[in-house]
Amino acid sequence: MSEISYAQALNQALDLAMAADPKVFVIGEDIGHHGGVFGVTKGLWEKYGAQRIIDTPISETGFLGVAVGAASVAFRPVAEIMWVDFTLVAMDQIVNQAAKTSYMSGGRVKVPLVIRTQEGAGRGNGAQHSQSLESMFAQVPGLKVVAPFDPADAKGLLTAAIEDDGPVLFLEHKLLYNRKGEVPEGRHVVPIGKARVRREGSQLTLIALSRMVAYAEEAAAELAKEGIDAEVIDLRSVVPLDMATLEASLRKTGRAIIVHEAHQSFGWGAEVAARLMDSCFYDLIAPVQRVASKDVPFPFNRTLEAFVMPSVAQIVATGRSLMNDY
Amino acid sequence: MSQTQPDWRIDAYRDMVRIREFEETSAKLYTQGLVGGSLHLAIGQEGTIMGTVGALASGDQITMTYRGRGHALAKGADPFALFAEILGRQGGTSRGKGGPMHIYDPEVGVMGTNAIVGAGIPIAVGLALAAKMEGASRVAMTAFGDGAVNQGAFHEGLNLAAIWDLPIVFVCENNLYSEMTPIKDAVRNDSLTERAQAYRIRAVTVDGNDVEAVREVAEQAIARARAGEGPTFIECMTYRYVGHMLGDPETYRSKEEVQSWKERDPILLLREKLLREKAATKTQLDAIEAAAREEIAQAADSAQKSPEPQLEEALDDVF
Repeated sequence: MSEISYAQALNQALDLAMAADPKVFVIGEDIGHHGGVFGVTKGLWEKYGAQRIIDTPISETGFLGVAVGAASVAFRPVAEIMWVDFTLVAMDQIVNQAAKTSYMSGGRVKVPLVIRTQEGAGRGNGAQHSQSLESMFAQVPGLKVVAPFDPADAKGLLTAAIEDDGPVLFLEHKLLYNRKGEVPEGRHVVPIGKARVRREGSQLTLIALSRMVAYAEEAAAELAKEGIDAEVIDLRSVVPLDMATLEASLRKTGRAIIVHEAHQSFGWGAEVAARLMDSCFYDLIAPVQRVASKDVPFPFNRTLEAFVMPSVAQIVATGRSLMNDY
Repeated sequence: MSQTQPDWRIDAYRDMVRIREFEETSAKLYTQGLVGGSLHLAIGQEGTIMGTVGALASGDQITMTYRGRGHALAKGADPFALFAEILGRQGGTSRGKGGPMHIYDPEVGVMGTNAIVGAGIPIAVGLALAAKMEGASRVAMTAFGDGAVNQGAFHEGLNLAAIWDLPIVFVCENNLYSEMTPIKDAVRNDSLTERAQAYRIRAVTVDGNDVEAVREVAEQAIARARAGEGPTFIECMTYRYVGHMLGDPETYRSKEEVQSWKERDPILLLREKLLREKAATKTQLDAIEAAAREEIAQAADSAQKSPEPQLEEALDDVF
C-alpha cells in the first residue's frame, strides 16, 4: 500500500496493463508528450512510445472508430475522451458500434474497449464541460458503465475494465484526480459490478456514485452528530447494477437516499428507486428519495452551479426528514 | 499482371454471377415476406465488388455498408449462412440476431457491414492500425457509397489513415445516388477523389462496371498498402438497378437511365470480353452460370430449413 492520488492510481493501472499485455494501447488527444490534460498518462509515452500511446487529432469519431476496429481484432485499446461532453460528437461509435457489435455478430466479434473520460460539475467549467452522463450511457445495452470514487478503486476497476472482453465506459471525475488514498501496489483488480459499503449504518442508506460518495460520507458524519446512523454505499458501477448489496442494506435500514450528479429526471436514481420499490416494498419505511442535479444545464457562475448540484446540506436535510416524518 | 492470368477473370465471372444470383434470390425471399426490415441490393455493382474485394488475400479484412452481402460472398462467406442470416435463422452468420444489414464473418475477414452510413470507415482504419501495430502484412478495405462522403466519420477516418500511413484501401462505390438524392446535388466536387486528395491520399476514379479495370487499380492499391506505402482511395463509377432498398419508388431517376446502365452490365461486359478474347467458351460460361445458380438455390433452400433461434438467445452476447 502507498498513498497516491486518483490520477496516479489510474496511471499505475494503465502502466501495469501495458507492461503485462502488448495488445493494450492508449489513444486520445494530448495524451502522449503532454501526458493528458489531467496528467493520467504522464510518463507512459516516454516508457511505451508513440506506437502504444497514440496522440490523435481532435477527432473523437475517428479515433473511437479506430479503437473499435482495433478492439474487434483482439487489441485492448483504452481510448481517452478528454471530457465526457465530447463523447456526444462520437455517440455513433459508442452506441451503434462498440455497444452493439457483440450482439449483432452473434458474439463472434468482441470489442474489448475501454473509453476513459471524466465528468462532473463543481469546477466552474460551464454547461459543455460539466455534465454527468452515466444515466444516458446506462440506457444502452452492451455498455458497462463504471465510475470509481476512491483511488484504490480507480486502479482496480480500470484494470478490470481493460481485462473485460466488452466495451466499458469508464467515468472518472475531474475533481477526484488529486484525491489521495491508500492504493495496493502491483496488480490490483476490483471486479466490475460490486458496490462497496463504505460506512455501515442501521437507519438510513445513502447510495452514491463517483464524487457524490464524498458528499454522502460527509452527510453521514453530520447525521451521526444528530444521532442518525447512516450507511454509505459506493455504487462503483451503474451497469452492472449491484442490487443485492443495495437490497441487503435497505432490508436493514428501510430508508434510502440516492445521490448523483447526473440530472435528476430520468437519472439512474429513478431506476434504482423503482427496483428497490419492487424488491424491498415491505421493508421500506419511507419513500426512496433522490438528491441529484436540477434539470437545467450547469451554469457558469459558481454560486449558481453549487445551487444546481447536489449538496451535503440537502442530503442531511433529506435524511433528517426521512427520520422525522416516517 | 492481371491481364496475363485469365483464370482470375473466370473466377471473378463465377463470383459475379453468384452475387447476382444471391441478390436476386434474396429479393424473391423478401417479396415472399420472409425477410424482415429493409433489403438493400447490390445488383449492378458486381464488377466493383469483385474488382476490389476479389483482389484481397484471405487474411485481409473488410468493412462495408448495408449493401454488403455480395462483398461477404466475395470474401468467402458461405451463402447458406448469409441467407440464413437475412431470414433470421439459427444457421445465420450472427445466428439471426444481425440481419441483412449486420453481417459479420470474422473467420473470412468480414468485420461488419454497417447500417450507419460512414461508420465502418474509421473502424476499418482501426483494422489497418491493428495490422500495422502487429507488423502483419494484411490490409484493410472499406467499401461505402457516394452518400458517405459528406459524413464526419468519412473525413475523420481518411485523415487518420493519411497521417498514420495505414495499410487501407477506401472503395467509394459511386452509384450516383445517396439513397434518393443525386450525388450532384450533394457535393460541389466534379470527382469524389478530390475529397481524398484533400487529405493527401492517392486517389483514382475507375469504371466500376469494368471488373478488369477495377481489379488493376485495386491490386496496385493493395500492393501499396501491403508495402507500407499508405492508403489509396478508389472511386468506382457504378450503378444499382434496384432502388436504394427494395420497394423504393425510384422517383429520382428515369427508366431510360436505368436501362442505359443495364447495357453496360458488369457481368455482360466480362462475358462478352471473355468470349471475344476466346478466354472461355460459351459452353464453359453457361456451365459456370448453371453451377452458380444451383449452388445459390440450394443454399437458399437449406437456409429456409434452418431453425428459428431459441428465445433465450435474445439475451445472449450483449456484452
